[in-house]
Amino acid sequence: MKSQHAAPFILAIRRDLLLAARHKTEIVTALFFFVIVVNLLPLGIGPDADLLRKIAPGALWIGALLATLLGLQRLFAPDHADGTLEQMALSPQSFTLLVAGKIVAHWLVSGLPVVLIAPVLGLQFDLPGRSLGLLMLSLLLGTPILSLIGAVGAALTLGVRGGGALLSLLILPLYIPALIFGAGAVEADLAGLGAEGHLSLLGAVLVVSLFFAPWASTLALRVALE
Amino acid sequence: MSHSLVNWFKYASPASFYPLAGRLIPYFASAAAVLGAIGLWIGLLFAPTDAQQGEGYRIIFVHVPASWMSMFVYCIMAFWSALGLAFKTRLSGMMTAALAPTGALFAFLSLWTGALWGKPMWGAWWVWDARLTSQLILFFLYLGFIALQSAIDDPRRADKAGALLALVGVINVPIIYFSVQWWNTLHQGASVSMTKAPSMAHTMLAGMLVMALAFWAYTIAIALMRVRCIMLERELSSEWVKRNATE
Repeated sequence: MKSQHAAPFILAIRRDLLLAARHKTEIVTALFFFVIVVNLLPLGIGPDADLLRKIAPGALWIGALLATLLGLQRLFAPDHADGTLEQMALSPQSFTLLVAGKIVAHWLVSGLPVVLIAPVLGLQFDLPGRSLGLLMLSLLLGTPILSLIGAVGAALTLGVRGGGALLSLLILPLYIPALIFGAGAVEADLAGLGAEGHLSLLGAVLVVSLFFAPWASTLALRVALE
Repeated sequence: MSHSLVNWFKYASPASFYPLAGRLIPYFASAAAVLGAIGLWIGLLFAPTDAQQGEGYRIIFVHVPASWMSMFVYCIMAFWSALGLAFKTRLSGMMTAALAPTGALFAFLSLWTGALWGKPMWGAWWVWDARLTSQLILFFLYLGFIALQSAIDDPRRADKAGALLALVGVINVPIIYFSVQWWNTLHQGASVSMTKAPSMAHTMLAGMLVMALAFWAYTIAIALMRVRCIMLERELSSEWVKRNATE
């Protein structure tokens, strides 16, 4: 019985992952975008190792925010264009679970690669080994928040004029707590203050957005589909 | 349904709210003008010069009420949004849309006057203080709301989307405030203290409160004017607009 309830959730994840696997360029483009943005910063600022170590957490986190935004525009838009989204909304299965599955798939496709490649970029910024692990952990906790809050924005701007730029305007201010706690965890550790507080708060933000975001996205999608 | 409940919903319809708003506007507009004149008189002429800050402090008579209103207007917008989503009243979305530009204006005014005050007092137009930063983010939230509403052509969809965004924003405002505050203490330690002098003269406080009331009346008057325009715009083809236009 339990597995039956979760079925739409698993189904949505599998479907979106399959679609992503068929269009590999999209994943790779977002990932390369992340790598290039982060690599542009030293080129703009200069190769001073001390300075780079200091800005590394913030630089990587801002890169992650922008890379997430890039993929968000395509979270609901293709399904909306071909009518799939409407069918999902009308189906007897829980629409919220389907949306939650889509969000998880989005994170697996756009968030997880960022988490995995972050240590390599951290090395370029001369981060010590301990901080690399912490950076990965903070991104692991933080990138799901980006996908979750971003899904609300993507749903609100679905099919709206100038959706992409509008999405950034709506969502980036809401990303600020994740940015502060995520980058702050690594910075606090570098300064010898301990990162537990930041990580706990990041986890708390994750739990809150995990609770509200799929539900708010569903509401916003229903508004968009009316 | 009790009798009082029926009365409550009477003015939820644009047709009956439009004339009521028209009758209320002159009162609030004149209250704003009179209170503003009194507040400015207290603030600029009557209140004593501050011992430490000289004459420059007088900008707080605009700055502090503007900051209060910018936060308060966002809360009212969230209130109307929740009401609109719960009861599906058309007027709620119109009120939210009518309030947003005024809230954005006050947020901008608060940042602008804060910069003017900061330059002589702190020697900098801008510092990364927690309050300044979260006020700036509040301004961005207003801009996002206005941008979303104006990007959607269908007014009912614009209302609902805006209402959702306002509610998401209002959950985030305290989180943003505390995160920025903590970020600030971690980054720069005790550089600037924004805490007000504890022994604020009574006249200063009175001036600030009168100005706050003036801004309040201004907000109500201007929001009612704007909501009347929105009503006419959206319900142009309806019967009551035609009646009102011919009167």
